[in-house]
Amino acid sequence: MTSRPSDSTKASRLPLALAVGAVVLMLFAPLAVYPIFLMNVLCFALFASAFNLLIGYVGLLSFGHAAFFGGSAYIAAHSAKVWGFTPELAILLGVGFALVLGVMIGWLAIRRQGIYFAMITLSLGQLVFFVFLQSAFTGGEDGIQSVPRGHLFGLIDLNPTMNMYYFVLTLVVAGLFLLYRVVNSPFGAILTAIRENEDRAISLGYSTRRYKLVAFTISAGIAGLAGGTKALVFQIATLTDVNWHMSGEVILMTLLGGLGTVLGPIVGAAVILSLQNYLAGSMFPVTVVIGAIFVACVLLFRRGIVGELSAWLQRRG
Amino acid sequence: MTTIFGVPAAALYGQLLIGLINGSFYALLSLGLAVIFGMLRVINFAHGAQYMLGAFGAWMLLTYAGVGFWAALVISPIMVAAFSALLERFLIRRTYKLDHLYGLLLTFGIALIVEGAFRHVYGSSGNPYMTPPALAGVIDLGFMMLPKYRGFVIIASLAVCLAVWFLVERTQFGAYLRAATENPRLVQVFGINVPLLLTLTYALGAGLAGLAGVLAAPMYQVSPLMGQNLIIVVFAVVVIGGMGSIIGAVITGYMLGVIEGLTRVFYPEASATVVFVVMAIVLLLRPTGLFGRA
Repeated sequence: MTSRPSDSTKASRLPLALAVGAVVLMLFAPLAVYPIFLMNVLCFALFASAFNLLIGYVGLLSFGHAAFFGGSAYIAAHSAKVWGFTPELAILLGVGFALVLGVMIGWLAIRRQGIYFAMITLSLGQLVFFVFLQSAFTGGEDGIQSVPRGHLFGLIDLNPTMNMYYFVLTLVVAGLFLLYRVVNSPFGAILTAIRENEDRAISLGYSTRRYKLVAFTISAGIAGLAGGTKALVFQIATLTDVNWHMSGEVILMTLLGGLGTVLGPIVGAAVILSLQNYLAGSMFPVTVVIGAIFVACVLLFRRGIVGELSAWLQRRG
Repeated sequence: MTTIFGVPAAALYGQLLIGLINGSFYALLSLGLAVIFGMLRVINFAHGAQYMLGAFGAWMLLTYAGVGFWAALVISPIMVAAFSALLERFLIRRTYKLDHLYGLLLTFGIALIVEGAFRHVYGSSGNPYMTPPALAGVIDLGFMMLPKYRGFVIIASLAVCLAVWFLVERTQFGAYLRAATENPRLVQVFGINVPLLLTLTYALGAGLAGLAGVLAAPMYQVSPLMGQNLIIVVFAVVVIGGMGSIIGAVITGYMLGVIEGLTRVFYPEASATVVFVVMAIVLLLRPTGLFGRA
């Protein structure tokens, strides 16, 4: 995956050009595509990229990421609606909640690895789900409805869809950039070392637990950023976002797009959401299709769409 | 009225009984998971779907073919086991050489397909299943009334757990199984068909889930999503027990059922979450689980 230092200038320009191209494309995309749908894709692209930081670069499969996504959505929605927070503060509070929860869940879960890690995060995620289900402020099955989008910094009205769109685009690009910086830093290199051979990383003197916990917390915080933003876009926070199905969905998006690739989670989120959009109008059961894609991904193309494409390009070039 | 710790004795016994019943299901399901994991190193996420299939199998046998509870208790788990053997042979087998996480993801996908398909056909509301006539009614134990069927479930699950323990620890088949867990290549060299052993093990574990499903049918509504949330609790039970031993899985299952029942008496708000809280505490004190080996 990594390029040799000698051709790094050429190799590092291509992703940069791609990223700039993608951002420019997204600036004008609302002219062609329904902006609410685009905002949904943006939020899930960020969520899946945050999840990918763990599975793709540390090799930890979290089955409880909905807790951060949906939990932050509840906190952001409540603080915007009941406490009258401005949108940026509401989202910030959501992120703060996700970070704290991330430290707590991460601290417990990194005691085990592999399959156990997955089961522990799943169980703790379910614990968070029940806490939200039973808390009075979340409104039970109804959720928190008609959340005001408010005025950004008290100045810019976010109710017009295009204002909201560019706000969301800015947040998501910032979040993705942060993840990109983390992965391509010395810290990110140590994470990859832990994924490849944890014992060796320990023998080199790295406190791998601490690195894992920091990675888990960053991942949780950015998942929270995605969730809080989504709550303001749709002006609602419900149990759906904190349910373990949501954790499964984000795994699928990342797996389908390509684990450990920068673009994979974004592509996966776009494909899955388009598919759900399309299937919602048909009689076909969505869950069955989602399950079938899971099975196909595991058995046929584990590298995902982006991974297979780049492997194909490498074979040709 | 007699009270214990300020709680009416009848309520306490009632919740203890429900705890034992829930514990029976936790024990049966975590036993199946442990058997499968021990041999295949796969965490079977489809376990909840197989439990649901067992219950639905009994319901379908009764509704479409007029086959009663006692026959279904045998036929339905066998059908689930046969279906699961096919899954192992054609799908799950392909993940053995990969990272174990792929086995989890694959069986998760299978669970989604099976549960989604049943929900598509039968809707998400439950279907009632009659208690078999021989077990209708209650027994007066002196200190409480015990519905006969519930007593039967506790005894049946204990008997099954014991039988599985005997099968794995005391028979020739179990000896092969344990040997193959330790060193599959060496066992294969001795002329034992290890791939077949794997298929049989998976079928056995899934069959246990199916059996639990049939036992659950008369007590709970038979619905496509009945196994979904249960399986997450069972995962927590497995983490608490550690997957080291069969006995460990069974004891942990009953214990957590009872703890859950007691919580429902003394602090009802926490009854849905207590298992997860216990899991967190055990992770703090003994990360490998109560019966687990490092």
